[in-house]
Amino acid sequence: MIDPNLFQLVCFYAFGAVAVLSALAVISLRNSVHAVLALVLTFFSTACIWMLAEAEFLAIALIVVYVGAVMVLFLFVVMMLDIDQEKIREGFVKFLPVGVVVAVVMLVEMLALIGVRAMHAQTLGANPAGDSNTAWLGKALYTQYLLPFEIAALILTVGVIAAVALTLRERRGVKRQQPSEQVAINPRDRVRLVKMAAERPDDAEPAALPAQEAKP
Amino acid sequence: MITLSHFIVLGAILFCIAVAGLFINRKNVIVLLMAIELMLLAVNINFVAFSRFGHDVAGQVFVFFILTVAAAESAIGLAILVLLFRNRSTVNVAEIDSMKG
Repeated sequence: MIDPNLFQLVCFYAFGAVAVLSALAVISLRNSVHAVLALVLTFFSTACIWMLAEAEFLAIALIVVYVGAVMVLFLFVVMMLDIDQEKIREGFVKFLPVGVVVAVVMLVEMLALIGVRAMHAQTLGANPAGDSNTAWLGKALYTQYLLPFEIAALILTVGVIAAVALTLRERRGVKRQQPSEQVAINPRDRVRLVKMAAERPDDAEPAALPAQEAKP
Repeated sequence: MITLSHFIVLGAILFCIAVAGLFINRKNVIVLLMAIELMLLAVNINFVAFSRFGHDVAGQVFVFFILTVAAAESAIGLAILVLLFRNRSTVNVAEIDSMKG
C-alpha cells in the first residue's frame, strides 16, 4: 500500500518537472509553432499541480480558457504570419549569457527568501473549501467580489471590441458585392420602356426599294 | 507531504525561466508575449498556493481575475502583432523602431 502523502509528493515532482522542462522548451525552441505547443504542455502540467492543491475550478478554467482559447489564438497568429526563422534568431547566442545570469541570480535570491521563510514548514492541512471548491469560489465571487467580477466582464468586452477594431481594415480597389444596394435597386432606374410603333416606314423604305426596282 | 515552499519554488523557477526568455528572445515578439504568459502563470501558482495554505478564498478569486485580464491582454497583443506584421512585414523588435523610443 502506497502512502497517499508520498504519492502526492511524487506526483507534484513529476508535474513540476514537466512544467519546468516545457517552459525551458518554450523559450529555446527554434520553431514558434513548437514553442506554442510546449506552452500548452506547461499550462496543462500547471493545471495538474493546481488539482493537487485542490483548486479544481481554476485548474479546469486554466485548461478551458488558456489551452482552449488563448493558445489556439497564438497558434492561429503564428501560423498566419510568415516569419523568417533564421533572421529572428540572430541575437539568441549573443543574449544567452545575460539572460541566464539574470535568471539564475533572481532564482537564487528568491530561493534564499523562500528558504528563510520555510523554517516553519506549513503542510497541506484540511481543505478550506470543504466539499466543493467551485461553490466556495462562486460564493465569494458573487457576493464579496461582485463588482470586480462585473468589471472583468467589461474588460473582456472591451478586449473583444479592441481586437476586432484593430484588425478590421478596408481594402482599397477591391470589387465586391453590396447586398443592401442590390436589394434597394428599383427596376425603373435600370430599364427604360419606350412606347414606339412596330415599324418605321419612313426610314426603312428608301434603302430597300431601289434594289427591288432595278430587277425587272 | 507537499508544503507551501514546494509551490513557491516552482513558481519562482517558472518566473525566472520567463525572465530568461525575455532576455534571450529579444527579436521575436511572439516569444516575448509567450514569456509574459509564463510569468503570469508563475504568479498564479503562488496565488493558488497561498489561498490553499492560508485558508483564504481571495487568492483564488484573484487568479480568476488575472486569467481574465491575461486573456484580454493576449487577444489585444496578438491583434496589434497582426497589424504590425501587415504594415511592416516583420515581427523583429529591432526593426520596429519608428517611434524612436
